[in-house]
Amino acid sequence: MSKKWSTLAIALGALAMSSATFAAPSPEMLANACAGCHGTNGGSAGDTMPSLAAQSEAAFVDAMMKFKSGERSSTIMGRLAKGYSDADIKAMAGFFGKQKLHIANQMVDKKKVALGAKLQEKNCSRCHLEEGKEGKDDTPVMAAQWLPYMQIQMELYASGARKMPDKMAEKVKALSKDELDALNHFYAAKK
Amino acid sequence: MTLDRRSFLKLLAAGAGAAGLPMIGNAAEIMPKKGRRVIVIGGGYGGSIAAKYIRMQDKTIEVVLIERNKQYISCPFSNHLLAGYIKDLSSLTIGYDKLAKNHGIKMVYDEVTAIDPAAKTVVTKGGTLSYDKLVVSPGIDFRTEEIEGYDDKTADIMPHAWKAGPQTILLRKQLESMADGGTVILTAPLAPFRCPPGPYERVAMVADYLKKNKPKSKVILLDANPDIVSKPTLFKKGWEMYAGLVEYRPAAKVTGVNTAAMSVTVEGIDEVKGNVINLVPAQRATALVGSAGLIGEDKKWCTVNPTTFESTLHKDVYVIGDSSNAGAMPKSGYSANSEGKICATNIVAAMNGKELIEMSGINTCYSFLSHDEAISVAGIYAVKDGKIVGVPNSGGISKLDYSDAKLEAKYANSWLKNILTEMSS
Repeated sequence: MSKKWSTLAIALGALAMSSATFAAPSPEMLANACAGCHGTNGGSAGDTMPSLAAQSEAAFVDAMMKFKSGERSSTIMGRLAKGYSDADIKAMAGFFGKQKLHIANQMVDKKKVALGAKLQEKNCSRCHLEEGKEGKDDTPVMAAQWLPYMQIQMELYASGARKMPDKMAEKVKALSKDELDALNHFYAAKK
Repeated sequence: MTLDRRSFLKLLAAGAGAAGLPMIGNAAEIMPKKGRRVIVIGGGYGGSIAAKYIRMQDKTIEVVLIERNKQYISCPFSNHLLAGYIKDLSSLTIGYDKLAKNHGIKMVYDEVTAIDPAAKTVVTKGGTLSYDKLVVSPGIDFRTEEIEGYDDKTADIMPHAWKAGPQTILLRKQLESMADGGTVILTAPLAPFRCPPGPYERVAMVADYLKKNKPKSKVILLDANPDIVSKPTLFKKGWEMYAGLVEYRPAAKVTGVNTAAMSVTVEGIDEVKGNVINLVPAQRATALVGSAGLIGEDKKWCTVNPTTFESTLHKDVYVIGDSSNAGAMPKSGYSANSEGKICATNIVAAMNGKELIEMSGINTCYSFLSHDEAISVAGIYAVKDGKIVGVPNSGGISKLDYSDAKLEAKYANSWLKNILTEMSS
């Protein structure tokens, strides 16, 4: 290409670039990018990765804001959350919140589920509403969540790497390791 | 954009060079186009996702996915075969039946031989197909001509294993048959290449195999780059668990090869011998997109509009994945996945006369250091001043003290499960 042609092409290209206007990223544009790790529409196929589908919007926003500030420890999520504005996070929360609950195909222990049901009713049901199917304020939906993911989170709570809300810490203090795992099985089994 | 002079000349040149290929217009049309149609070429990390997300957003657009193979084998995690963490590639292999059925994607298993952006047709061995918009996600080709002595047989003796499949299995078999005390040569070409952390993860995977099975052996990485391209501090620390087995040589570009002597020439001078040699040549966009006049002035990669991934050289043709120059987004599987969605969303907007949407992309790459330890790099991307850039103050690499490595390995396994499930259902 002669110099004259290339100058003209660059000028035209610059013109096209500067005159183009685009709509701000839609909730879909933002949320679809998450699906490589969290599954299409937030339904995770990987057992250590939480499903985001049908998550409470307030809980999603709370988690992302805490990842962003570093208040909630993480491996990769803090690095990612920092790339989004508060408005972006809200938009993503809206997208995932309206998806259907994703029922993970997983094995649970029936005895543990039965024990977990009793423990949930007594200890957790005031915040984890409808047997974990509904969030309350920043309490997340737990129903049908992946068991290994919840077990990892309980380990992080136990080691102090993740901080529990005060009300939860009070309840958890009185429960044994087996009882906590029974709760994980209970929530995992909910459909 | 109308055809500029240079593209026109390129098209002429491509036509002249394409003698022997089926002549455009002569081959029979397969699946005559009725309504609005998007053709996607390549069913890998980018193409399968573009096809799916177009259909998810607009069921009235017909999507035809043309793929050479009935099954796809993932490059990410294929290094695990070299370490012996997996016995075969079955866990990395997906088919297209569920994807096609769930989303009404029309599969054409055929090889594309030419693209005619002016006539808006794609030529395969079986015939021609017309499109309104075309997405090309073809992967990479090797610049083997830059290595003296490289010929058609070289990869059978010194596998690149940079496209997962028989090449990966060949390299694993060579490692298995090597005697203890042998030298394994790995090579990394000048960046940019597919999977920036790949060569360095491969060092750890081969070293782990040697440590357990052939501890008197060693692995040497000849890196054409002045330093490790991705996560340098993390890899250097990770390799410490294989002390005595790993040797890293930066600024060591392979310029020649001698398969009879099982040696490579480094920087035109040094002769380095190996019992196993994994020769990964430098890369470019594929010959197919080259002949279609989609490669930019660097003669290596396709130039695209950073917001839509539409070619800057041909209207209605979009290039995603490793063949495109996506600015700060690395040539990774996750980038291709993200680009497929960005491209799909803007194709659907454009075909419905709606305003185009600013892109927002993610990359997440995990690399293993041992069977249960991994490190990661992640980024969020947006367009600024006409270029894809990392969003300031976000992204980055794992903690340098390795305290998250075991947890990250667990997350990495779910990464694979989710991204392959996205592609195949």
